[in-house]
Amino acid sequence: MGVPRSPANRVAPSRPLSPRLGWFSWVDAVVAAGLLVLLYVVIRLGKDVTLSFAPTQVSGIDTDPARLPYYAGRSLLRMFAALGVSLVFALVWAYAAAHSRRLERVLIPALDILQSVPVLAFLTVAVTGFVALFPGSLLGLELASVFAIFTSQAWNMAFAFYHSLITTPRELDELSRGMGFSRWMRFWKVELPSGAIGLVWNAMMSFGGGWFFLVASELISVSNREYTLPGVGSYAGAAIVAGHLGHVGWAILTMAILVIGVNFLFWRPLTAWAERFKVEQSEAAQVQRSLVLDFVRRANWPRLLGRALAPLRETAGRAGRVFGVDDRPFLVDVRRRRAGDVLFTVVTLALIGWGLVSLVGYLAGQPAGLSIFVEPLLLGLATLARVVVLVAVATLIWVPIGVKIGFSPRLTRIAQPVVQILASFPANFLFPLATWLFLRTGLSLNIGGILLMALGAQWYILFNAIAGAMAIPTDLREAMDDLGVHGRRRWKRLIIPGVFPSYVTGAITASGGAWNASIVAEVVTFGGTTLTATGLGAYIAHATAAGDHPRLLAGVAVMSMYVVLINRLFWRRLYRLAEHRYSL
Amino acid sequence: MTLLTVTGLTKSYAGADGDLPVLAGIDLDINEGEIVALLGKSGSGKSTLLRCLAGLIPPNSGTITYRGRPLTGANPGTAMVFQTFALLPWLTVQQNVEIGLEARGLPARERREAALKAIDLIGLDGFESAYPKELSGGMRQRVGFARALVVEPDVLLMDEPFSALDVLTAENLRGELLELWESGEFPTKAIVVVTHNIEEAVLLADRVVVLAARPYGTIRATYDIPLPRPRDRDSTDFTKLIDVIYQTMTGRDHGTPLPPPGVRAPAKRTPANTPLPAAGVDGLSGLAEILQRHGGRLDFAELTDELSLEVDDLLPLIDALELLGFAAVEGTEVRLTSQGCAFSEADVQTSKEIFAPAAIEIPLVRFIATSLANSVGGRLRAGFFRDVLAHHYTSEQVAEQLNVATDWGRYAELYSYDTLHEEYRLDPPPG
Repeated sequence: MGVPRSPANRVAPSRPLSPRLGWFSWVDAVVAAGLLVLLYVVIRLGKDVTLSFAPTQVSGIDTDPARLPYYAGRSLLRMFAALGVSLVFALVWAYAAAHSRRLERVLIPALDILQSVPVLAFLTVAVTGFVALFPGSLLGLELASVFAIFTSQAWNMAFAFYHSLITTPRELDELSRGMGFSRWMRFWKVELPSGAIGLVWNAMMSFGGGWFFLVASELISVSNREYTLPGVGSYAGAAIVAGHLGHVGWAILTMAILVIGVNFLFWRPLTAWAERFKVEQSEAAQVQRSLVLDFVRRANWPRLLGRALAPLRETAGRAGRVFGVDDRPFLVDVRRRRAGDVLFTVVTLALIGWGLVSLVGYLAGQPAGLSIFVEPLLLGLATLARVVVLVAVATLIWVPIGVKIGFSPRLTRIAQPVVQILASFPANFLFPLATWLFLRTGLSLNIGGILLMALGAQWYILFNAIAGAMAIPTDLREAMDDLGVHGRRRWKRLIIPGVFPSYVTGAITASGGAWNASIVAEVVTFGGTTLTATGLGAYIAHATAAGDHPRLLAGVAVMSMYVVLINRLFWRRLYRLAEHRYSL
Repeated sequence: MTLLTVTGLTKSYAGADGDLPVLAGIDLDINEGEIVALLGKSGSGKSTLLRCLAGLIPPNSGTITYRGRPLTGANPGTAMVFQTFALLPWLTVQQNVEIGLEARGLPARERREAALKAIDLIGLDGFESAYPKELSGGMRQRVGFARALVVEPDVLLMDEPFSALDVLTAENLRGELLELWESGEFPTKAIVVVTHNIEEAVLLADRVVVLAARPYGTIRATYDIPLPRPRDRDSTDFTKLIDVIYQTMTGRDHGTPLPPPGVRAPAKRTPANTPLPAAGVDGLSGLAEILQRHGGRLDFAELTDELSLEVDDLLPLIDALELLGFAAVEGTEVRLTSQGCAFSEADVQTSKEIFAPAAIEIPLVRFIATSLANSVGGRLRAGFFRDVLAHHYTSEQVAEQLNVATDWGRYAELYSYDTLHEEYRLDPPPG
């Protein structure tokens, strides 16, 4: 993506190419070799993806630590495959929603709901579906895993791009139509670059969350059958079953290296590169920097590559003209448009209605009938209580700490990347260790589950508290010092209002993450012992394991409903309050 | 030869009571070889008219023809220069300039040649591979010019092209543009420029079209400017023209003296026919103080000089003072009334006491205050007033009207406004 610079026939005065480097320097060699290796690894790992497996073979995981790099590679491949799919999905979905009045009315609310559906619920559905699609091949499982990660990334990215599409500056829209851009040109030269920063940052955040689902999807039991995919997650699982605590340690180390490495080698350079798509017209004082990007930029070959690809771009631009010209004709046939609207509405409603009827019919045909919803509704209250306690306790602990860190630039510099990585680190990786602890101390999972859910979710609150504290202007703090406002009054008048908007964002993410985590946190296994908590998450997990589709459906529907309702009734109000009264 | 013809153009936007016109009954020709300035206050629809000419906004009725053919979409014979430049920050200067040619499907080599020629013409040599953010405002607007000129449109449309630049840069760029136009090398056959700056209009144009703002945009007058270029700002012809146009723009050219302040017919003034000018209390009391310092009277031209403010920024303030009965306008002169003098001299508390009775006479302020007094508990949702105003104003105008009414009412301590609940409250609450 992006718009490579065209070969200027005169050397730019502002961005001179380093004359010190010849046509092909050692930097080029290193970067090229790196790419070659990457290609090899992808091919090598990709070959095994289609390997056939016998369903009876429960776990083909070799717990020899030497095999870990291979497993890490497989896991990484899944993550990036999901990222690619998410990107394509986000672009298509957002474009359709932003450019079609009719589709917008369906796609955007749908996205809003999809966002609230617990991702892990998708996983079980996906595993059954994809395995059936590719019987006897690992490909089905791979696709199911990729799909699970995809569902944790795609909605965010689609929303980000949609938002940027509908807020395209008016003058850029006028430029595009006035100059007679083709639709392709509008997309490629205006819309995609304007949305690039939002896309990249959202992708990075979602990618961090995706590790959790990677781990969850590599080792899963559906319909009384264990499915295992070679990867870090399944390695750790196998090590735990085998009781090798040392091997578990290696797996955790590998995971940490993966998270940090991808951040350093991929996301940092990408976010730094995306700076060029900032719409503000002046040079920013503080820009994202990346050592890796600086290194790559020293190489000549990206420029040479850009020149080599120029004809391709030309062709693509020309081919893109088949999509038509970006114009809004004066005359709209009102009757035809209305007829189209009516047809669209009727078809949409008919499809949804048909789906609802068959769904109700399916559930009513079950022995429990529609009363199947009662149990998950009640269990949802238990999980809700856990989420509330988690958010409340995490707030009390992490907001003061976050504020302390955010007020000190030195601490912030150290803490921010660390917290970012902690938030990315898949908490479910640590669940077995925590379970072992619970078994030793005899702590009930009804309480312990909160801790497990908090392992992943709490970091969002800390992270946003830091960001919020940083956003409080120094002169406001100085004014408070000057006026002698200290202690509780300072918290009430300055810190809480100042941190509030950012905190709300963090708390929404944390509570969403906690709901999701409940599916894996309310039932945990260590060795031969399984601990179960009372809650909706455990209900869904059991229904999944037993392959009980009606109950699974009811559980997922109820959990989505809880999440949507709490978002609408509680978080959205706080958000509005934050926007109106406490925005700095 | 006539390039663009506008006949009976009406443009309106949807309001609660049906369509609210922003432009009505516009007839205009743009001929080969002329520069036409569209001049008007904000809200006169001048930018909308320009976008209609470009085929970016469809008219509700009436036609626009380009070389005799009615427009059905974007006008193929025009190119636009934007107030905010509208450059793509991720493309170099050259790529930005080439973009119109790329849209036409020209091969890379031809594009480059044409772009370099335009870059050369507009004085951007050496900046080809710079990015817009590395350039100053003036250089950025040059890129905007080069981008529009490279496609060699018949008519160059410019939407306040110099108003985002500092005075010196604007002056320089204007001068170069005129030189280029006079030299005969200019690649377009006509220019239409939108401006709110009278001097700029008279400096540039062969014809100045003055648009009136109320109740909707119409052509109030057209002036031919026969002065030879380069034009001398200090010549009597030039200043005379400016004075005449000033009076036309402020709507006092018909010789009808305004009713003296205090003699009002309140029954006739409603929130609908007496829109509040976009002026905050701070701004208008500042202006009153300046007038006071100059003996209570000043000429428009002196005022703009004194404050180095554009007419567009100044007129709402003057309108506000006049509406409140603090100032009167005679010809091109603004004079403080006795109330105005008192207001400008008073300390904060006294000025509030003078302001409040004046503000309550303003239809919208009075309407809000009396509605609140008659409501249960002295509070009303902003939505109520929005709905009432929506019958007469577009949604943007409604927001503007309520903003000003809120500011004035708060200062006068007539009522308060709670942003979070979007609610007006009587101040102090009854009981």
